[in-house]
Amino acid sequence: MSTPSSAPDKPLLEIKGLTKEFGGLKAVNNFDIEIFPGELVGLIGPNGAGKTTVFNLITGIYVPTRGVIRFKDTNLVGFQPHEITQMGIARTFQNIRLFPNLTVLDNVRIAYHIHAGYSMYDAIVHNKRYDQHEKALTERAQEFLSVFNMHTRQGEIAKNLPYGEQRRLEIARALAASPQLLLLDEPAAGMNPKEVVELMDLIHFIRERFNLTILLIEHQMRVVMGICERITVMDFGEVIARGTPEVIQNDEKVIEAYLGRGAAALSQRLREKRSHVA
Amino acid sequence: MKIQRGTLLFWFVFLGFIVLVQVLVGAGILSNFWATLLKIGAVMSIVSLGLNLIYGFNGQFSLGQWGFYAIGAYTAADITYRWTQLHNASGLVVILLVVLLVGIAFFLVAKVVARLRGLDALSAFTLYLIGLLIAALIAVYAGKSLIAPITNILNSLPPAIAIQIVFFLAVLLGGCIAAEISYIFGLPVLTLGSDYFGIATLGFTIIVKVLLDNSDTLLGFTEMKGARGMVGIPKLTSWIWVAFFLVVVIIVTRNLLHSSHGRAMVSVREDEIAAKAMGINVAQQKTITFVLGSFFAGLAGALYAHVNGFLHPNTFNFIKSFDPMIIIVFGGLGSVSGTVVAAFTWALVLEGLLRIVLPQGFETWRFVVYPLLLLIMMLLRPQGLFGTFEFPYLRQILPPPFQPRETAHPVHTTEDTLETGA
Repeated sequence: MSTPSSAPDKPLLEIKGLTKEFGGLKAVNNFDIEIFPGELVGLIGPNGAGKTTVFNLITGIYVPTRGVIRFKDTNLVGFQPHEITQMGIARTFQNIRLFPNLTVLDNVRIAYHIHAGYSMYDAIVHNKRYDQHEKALTERAQEFLSVFNMHTRQGEIAKNLPYGEQRRLEIARALAASPQLLLLDEPAAGMNPKEVVELMDLIHFIRERFNLTILLIEHQMRVVMGICERITVMDFGEVIARGTPEVIQNDEKVIEAYLGRGAAALSQRLREKRSHVA
Repeated sequence: MKIQRGTLLFWFVFLGFIVLVQVLVGAGILSNFWATLLKIGAVMSIVSLGLNLIYGFNGQFSLGQWGFYAIGAYTAADITYRWTQLHNASGLVVILLVVLLVGIAFFLVAKVVARLRGLDALSAFTLYLIGLLIAALIAVYAGKSLIAPITNILNSLPPAIAIQIVFFLAVLLGGCIAAEISYIFGLPVLTLGSDYFGIATLGFTIIVKVLLDNSDTLLGFTEMKGARGMVGIPKLTSWIWVAFFLVVVIIVTRNLLHSSHGRAMVSVREDEIAAKAMGINVAQQKTITFVLGSFFAGLAGALYAHVNGFLHPNTFNFIKSFDPMIIIVFGGLGSVSGTVVAAFTWALVLEGLLRIVLPQGFETWRFVVYPLLLLIMMLLRPQGLFGTFEFPYLRQILPPPFQPRETAHPVHTTEDTLETGA
C-alpha cells in the first residue's frame, strides 16, 4: 500500500476483508484500510456508500459478517461497544448524540465513569474514597472543559447549546474517554461556513494536543481536502480509490461516483483539453 | 466537611414531620385511619422510588414493580406468620439460607457466564435458573437442621425484642428475594426495547398474581391460603419503622444518583448508543438499576404486609401496578422529591380526603375525580408536579467553574500524562 514515508511502525488500526451483509444487501464489501499512529485519514463517498456502517463495525455496534479489525494487537470482532471504547477508540455520531437533558459537565463526567475509581457501595455510603475520587473526577472534567473553552457553560443543559457548541461538546466528550483513535462521523454536517472553519481548527488542535489518530467521515470536500492526509473513497460498500487529496480529486471513478458518468466524461475531456494546452 | 444550610433545613423539616406524626398518633389526636394512610403513603413512596430509578432515571418502562412488591409482601408475611403463629423460625431460617445460597450461586454463575464470552441471554438465563434451583433445594434441606437452634436463640431474647428482630430481617429478606428474582428475570427481559420490556414485566406481575391465587395448592404454602387471602400476619409496621426505611431508601437513592454510577444510570436513559460509545456497560447498568428498584419494591411490600395484617392476591392485581407508575409520572419522572410528595398525596387524597369531602354514598366517585385530576395535570403540566426539581439535600450542586491559571499558555496541563501513549 502506498503510504508516505511516514509509515514508522505497525498500523494502529488495520482492517482486512471487512464485510457486512444485511440480508442480501452487502453494505460493506471487502473493505480494507490501514491507519498509522498520528495520521488523519478521511473516509468519503456518496450517500449510502457504507461509511457509517464501517464506523459501526469498528465500534462494535454491528458484528461483521466477515473480516478482521485489528486495533493495536487485538481483533475487535466480537467485543462489546463499551469494551472497544475502553480499549481506546472513541467516536462521535452523524446526528449528534449528546445526553440531551444533562448538563455540559455531566456529559463529560459520564465519559470518565470507567475511571471513576470507586464502587457503588462507596457511592451509597458516601465514604472518603467516594469524596476523593468524585472530587478528582469533577476537577478533571472541569479542567478538560476549559481546554475546549466550555468551562463557563458547565451548568447548561446540553440540548440548549447552539449547534456548533453541541458538536464541540460531543468531540470533547469523546476525547474525555481518552482514546488513541478518534472516529468522527460527519463532524461538519449542518454547519455554516464559519463553524466549519472553526471545526477544522479544532480538529487540528485536538490532534496535536492529544496526540491522536483520527479517522474522519465527511461529505464536505472542503473539509476533507483541507485536513486529511490520506483519503479512502467508498461507493456501494466497496473501496473505489485511495490516496492523497490531490490524487483523489482527479480520480475518474470518484468523480463518477459523486457526479455521475456524464460529469466524469466531461471532466475527462476538460482535463485532456488542459493537457493539450499545456 | 461543611453542611449546606439547605441540607439542614431539609432534614429539619423531614425528620420534624416524622416526629410530629409519631407524637400526634401517640397522643391520639391523629386517628388510626389517618395513621394507616400515612404508613401507606410511606410504603408507596418506597415502591415508587424504586420504580423511579428504573423508569425515571434509567428509562426502562417497567410494570413489574407490583409483582416484586407482592413477592416481598408474601415472603415477609410468611416469616413473621410462622414466628408468631407457629412459634418457630422456620420461615426466617429457610429464606435467609435461600437468599444467601442463591446469591452465591448467582455470583458463581456470573463468573462462568463472563468467561463464556458471547453467550446469548436465554442460555445465560438457563444457567442461572439451574443455579437458583440447586441453591434453593440445598437451602431448604440444610435449613431444616438449623430451625431449632435459631428458634432457641431468638426465644432466649425478650419476646418484644425478638419479634422486632424477626420483623426487621423479614423486611430485608423480602427485599432480597425480590431483588434476586428480578436479577434472573431481568437477564433475558432487559435485552428487550422499552415497550416490549413494559409488556414482559406486565406479564411478570400477572404471573405473580396467579401464583399467589394458588399459593396454597400450587406452591404448597397452606398458610398463604391462596385466593382466600392470608390472615394472621402480625401488625408490626409502626410509623417509626416505615419512616426509618423511607429515610434509608431516600439516602441510598440520593447518594447513588449523585455519583458516577448514578450518572451512568441516567446516561442509559438519555441515549443508550452514546452511553455505550462512552464505555458504559449498558446491560450491566440496566440490571443493577432493575435489581435495586425491585429490592425497594420488596422492602415496601414487606412493610405493607404488616400494616393491615391481611394480604389478598387482588391487592397485587396488574391494574394496581399502574399506581406507582401514576405516582412517579404525577410527581415528576426523575425527581426523588416529587415521588415522595406524590406518593403521600396519592395516599392521603385518594383514600383519605376524597372519602371525606365527597358526600355520603358518592365515595366511589373518587375514581372519577382522581383520573380527572390526572388528566388536567397531564394537560397543564406534562413534566409532572415537580418536573426534575429537587429539594435542597436531594439537589445536585455544581462545583464552581474551573478557573484557568493566569499563564500565557493556559492549555498545556495534562499533556504529559496523555503523551505517554505515543
